[in-house]
Amino acid sequence: MLEPVTDPTGAPFWEYAARGELRVQACADCGELRFPPRPCCPHCQSFEEEWRPVSGRGRVWSYVVPHPPLLPDYAAQAPYNVVVVELEEAPRIRLIGNLVRAAGATLNSVDPSRIRIGARVHVVFWGGLPQWVLA
Amino acid sequence: MTLKDATAIVGIGRTRFAKNLAEDERTLACRAVLAALDDAGIAPGEVDALASYTMEETDEVELAKAVGFGDLTFFSKVGYGGGGSCATVAHLAAAIASGQASVGVAWRSRKRGSGPRPWTNTTVQLPTPAQWTRPFGLLRPADEIAMLTRRYMHEYGATRDHLFNVALACRNRANQNPAAIMYDRPLTREMYMTSRWISEPLCLFDNCLETDGALACVVVSRERARDCPSTPVYIHSAAQGLPAQHHGMVNYWNDDPLTGPAWTAARHLWKHADFTPQDVDVAQIYDAFTSLVPLSLEGYGFCGRGEGGAFTEGGALEIGGRLPINTGGGGLSEAYVHGFNLIDEGVRQLRGTSTAQVPDAATCLVTAGEGVPTSALLLTNRS
Repeated sequence: MLEPVTDPTGAPFWEYAARGELRVQACADCGELRFPPRPCCPHCQSFEEEWRPVSGRGRVWSYVVPHPPLLPDYAAQAPYNVVVVELEEAPRIRLIGNLVRAAGATLNSVDPSRIRIGARVHVVFWGGLPQWVLA
Repeated sequence: MTLKDATAIVGIGRTRFAKNLAEDERTLACRAVLAALDDAGIAPGEVDALASYTMEETDEVELAKAVGFGDLTFFSKVGYGGGGSCATVAHLAAAIASGQASVGVAWRSRKRGSGPRPWTNTTVQLPTPAQWTRPFGLLRPADEIAMLTRRYMHEYGATRDHLFNVALACRNRANQNPAAIMYDRPLTREMYMTSRWISEPLCLFDNCLETDGALACVVVSRERARDCPSTPVYIHSAAQGLPAQHHGMVNYWNDDPLTGPAWTAARHLWKHADFTPQDVDVAQIYDAFTSLVPLSLEGYGFCGRGEGGAFTEGGALEIGGRLPINTGGGGLSEAYVHGFNLIDEGVRQLRGTSTAQVPDAATCLVTAGEGVPTSALLLTNRS
């Protein structure tokens, strides 16, 4: 499986995720949340940042079901789902992930026919990655 | 100074298209460029400007010394894969109109048919935004665009039949074009609806071909164009588009992810044009995936927001329809060479030499990839 290839700007997300915390980058001056992380605030141009805890609750914004050809580790689980989840407190902040039966379950552990846009989900963590389960 | 009709495309050239061509990309580039110059009746030594894609592997030095260009005074490369196709011509037009050069060549040579799929490369994974997508199995352009496609279908009621209409129009035109990969392979609704999935909701026939081939075109001033053997195809308007807070094919993180680069390019394109979308006789719309076409139809103003799916109904995209598209077969059914074949087909339509000629075509829109920082051209044979 591919590990996140992090950069200095995005690294805090993964450090918090490794501790089981979902945090999103925010401007420490104007307070605007931003994702993906970037060096300065596109609204006020401030370089001051903070990493704000979020509830981990959201809704499925869209999803796909990839089929081969895929990289081998992913082909072995195909067809699986990939979801985009919009966060309850900030619908423009959307996280890509997988809807799984429970933390650590395989990428194909939820029948794709059960997935709907708008479905309520919440975050769980496994191996340093956020995953999503139906709420 | 204005770009409007100041320059013209006077030569087009291409190699054969196939799943696997024996020659390497550099040789194919040389062949396409020399064919375009021969078509223009211009000697290689007169070329002083070049433009291509950042993903093009044959660089200016290699091309220039192989085919015998003169001294080059302008060379430019445009990023974002297929989003750069029309921008290569736009850069040459700007350079020639502003006196930086006099004879420009744009080209693309690619062995995507027999060469590797870029997404299988796991060693040069870009740190951002790939870290937010690839670990979760969103691996390929097809997956990234399928995500936006599902949302588009959900928000506006677009259907798989609408996507099929796009695939069918392209295939029907390819069936008229002996140079097209899919020349002898008709497509039916049954085939489409029962084909294998690539990334639901996109099936096999929603995805472009994987092709080896090269194309090129020659741009000169309108004055010089009068001395060339073919009907000049004037560059009436040209634009690039990178919207505020755009994220490329993973455009999931702004207020309105379904309003993409086409909208930005279109505003500039029409601002400088003497005609409107209703006056476009034929369009060549970038079609790496079928769903990019309804989005582009909306972005370039052929219909309202959310109406792109419905626009495809009733044979609208076929010859004789409201807006015939991709008349050589497009990336879906002629060849996928990062959209350069759409430029050459636009020229062919305005010369009256297409294999699926729109009668008396005088205006043609050509677009580059929607879903990435993009570009577009309005071409005309009237000036």
